Amino acid sequence: MTGAEILLDVFRREGVDILFGYPGGVVIPVFDALPKSGLNLVLTRHEQAAVHAADGYARASGKVGVCLVTSGPGATNSITGLANAKLDSVPMVFVSGQVATSLQGTDAFQETDMAGLTRSVCKHSYQVQSIGELPRIIKESFYIARSGRPGPVAVDLPVDVALAARGAYAYPESIDLPGYHPVRWGHPRRLRELARALSESRKPLLLSGGGIAASGAAGELAAFLEKTRIPVAVTMMGLGCVRWDHPQYLGMPGMHGRAAANLALSECDCLVAVGARFDDRVTGDKRAFASGAVVAHIDIDPAEIGKNVRTKIPIVGDAREVLRELTTLVKPRSVDEWNRRTERWVRDYPLNSGSSAGGGLSPQMVIDGLNRAAGDEAIVVTDVGQNQMWAALGWRHLRPRAFISSGGLGTMGFGLPAAIGAALACPERNVVAVCGDGGLQMNIQELATAGLNRIPVKIAVLNNMCLGMVRQWQELFWGKRYSKTCLRQGPECGPECPGPEGCQRPYKPDFVRAAEAFGLPGFRARTPAEAGDVIEAGFRLPGPVLMEFMIQPEENVFPMVPAGRPIREMVFGDSA
Amino acid sequence: MRTATIILTVNNRVGVLARVAGLLASRGHNIESIIGAPTEQPDTYKIHLVILGPKEKIEQAKKQLNNLVDTLKLIDISHRRRTLVREYVLIKVRAGRDLSAIFAQAGACDARVLDAGPRSATLDLAGSVRKVDRLIERLKPLGIVEFVRSGRIALGGR
Repeated sequence: MTGAEILLDVFRREGVDILFGYPGGVVIPVFDALPKSGLNLVLTRHEQAAVHAADGYARASGKVGVCLVTSGPGATNSITGLANAKLDSVPMVFVSGQVATSLQGTDAFQETDMAGLTRSVCKHSYQVQSIGELPRIIKESFYIARSGRPGPVAVDLPVDVALAARGAYAYPESIDLPGYHPVRWGHPRRLRELARALSESRKPLLLSGGGIAASGAAGELAAFLEKTRIPVAVTMMGLGCVRWDHPQYLGMPGMHGRAAANLALSECDCLVAVGARFDDRVTGDKRAFASGAVVAHIDIDPAEIGKNVRTKIPIVGDAREVLRELTTLVKPRSVDEWNRRTERWVRDYPLNSGSSAGGGLSPQMVIDGLNRAAGDEAIVVTDVGQNQMWAALGWRHLRPRAFISSGGLGTMGFGLPAAIGAALACPERNVVAVCGDGGLQMNIQELATAGLNRIPVKIAVLNNMCLGMVRQWQELFWGKRYSKTCLRQGPECGPECPGPEGCQRPYKPDFVRAAEAFGLPGFRARTPAEAGDVIEAGFRLPGPVLMEFMIQPEENVFPMVPAGRPIREMVFGDSA
Repeated sequence: MRTATIILTVNNRVGVLARVAGLLASRGHNIESIIGAPTEQPDTYKIHLVILGPKEKIEQAKKQLNNLVDTLKLIDISHRRRTLVREYVLIKVRAGRDLSAIFAQAGACDARVLDAGPRSATLDLAGSVRKVDRLIERLKPLGIVEFVRSGRIALGGR
């Protein structure tokens, strides 16, 4: 067998059925071996999109996403995708070709130092030196990617190793990584300490994060909530791990979080964070964050504990095991005045329903319409910016792994390729990609991937003709100086854009025609009535469609906490 | 600010030193010295690190180093009594006609004079960090042309 054949055979034995990639000089041997391998490689139109597609596939399925690209530009194009997967703890095995070992370090054609480039954006990385170590390295890569805190593992594969041939190879049955032992069970003393802190607390709060989905702990979390009746805030990465209609659910906290979650975080006296990492978009000013609370932090990654927030009770372990154990230790608690207060916050600060002044189309209406049409089983994948926040806030989250979004890195262009990956992982479910007009253009070439492969992604473009989130900051905090956020700008525009009002410049591209050019049907809606029709048509048609919604350009995401301020200092829009 | 002296035992793999240094650099940790060398076991490699920072930051750095798949063992010897910490220094001092002052200081500090010429004399010393510091302090009035310190290495006691 050749190195290329061994690589694909180990993929198959690790349970891979679909992978994503793009060919190039030094990976031709691997692509040549593909047809016989039985594996389905989905050809994207850019390497970054291949990594995002593998990412979306992994998040939707819970399996390891796999990606195969060439050296040099193919590999460097993938860096954004790897960083994105690293920050959101997505399991992935990424193989990039490399020039032959004899040429390494000579600036050979399409040579880049992938070991160096991937080091800080991957959980681990390997440089394969010989065919003998290839099976072990690939097997270890899968194990490292999916165990402990999941993450991407990069493998640099020189072309001479892919071409090398040997007899049958031995698939390693076991893993021997003496330095790598993720902790699963929480320390019993710490667990008892936490149970005691909860029993003494009068205003307890749970902050649930993406770790719940990663460890498959939604059931354990539900049991814990049932027994303790503790109110719960859910970070963007964890959306769906608690049902949106759960009586203790306070919604997403943070910069664009719901008021109930932010107020509860500011007032609680005991905060238990599970599988969440206190990102600055969640905490705001850290000095004011949960300042009166005893903080307990449950996380599988010891390096997360105490990194951002001072922690009284550190518990390193798998969220599922720890929650199961904790539920047996805690005293039952019944709904009390604290619960009723948090419920009042939920009622008193309803979601912003958006303005529909002048019969215009609000993004909130569109999200609601898409949610209803897509149904309870649907997966929604977002891009980054206002579209992401409207979807996070407005979608009725019901289950884990059904809201897929670029959290840590905030990667524009993530939405469409990740939705393609999610749709391939879950072919029986509706997959909606909610994108802004800016983000879609960052990976718009993937319309070809979706169109030609008939991957049934329902693409919704919330078109406000500008880079809305940055525009919102400019409006609120930068004196309405709209520098370079209008996507209609051209040579006639002065250096100072006065804003969209009265602007008659045309918008490009015409997304509907672009969709048609790429081989999928496109629709456009300008009014609420048209939006209803477009959504109906879009979901009635099988296969991929693009639905463009011309939303009000000046619609903002509220509430909003100005950067660096305490999260209780929320700004509400006019219509809130 | 405090310093921590850490002995890191890692897999002896290509690029492991770069991985450790890169991790610390990317997380904004301050490396005072870093020495990597093979050990008595061919598949492990030891890295001696001295990092500088506030307590919390040093704790973070240790956890992150521990997270590396190639890290086999991390020991912070900053507060261990039964540990030998040694450093080596080479110093070039300005010399005049009279070398006696240099020899006197070398003698007082257990340093060796390796070479003495009309312009400069070169000394060396292997010893505790404090001894190395003291030698440098004492030679300063004579005029130090250049010195190189090896950084710290350590060996656990019983």
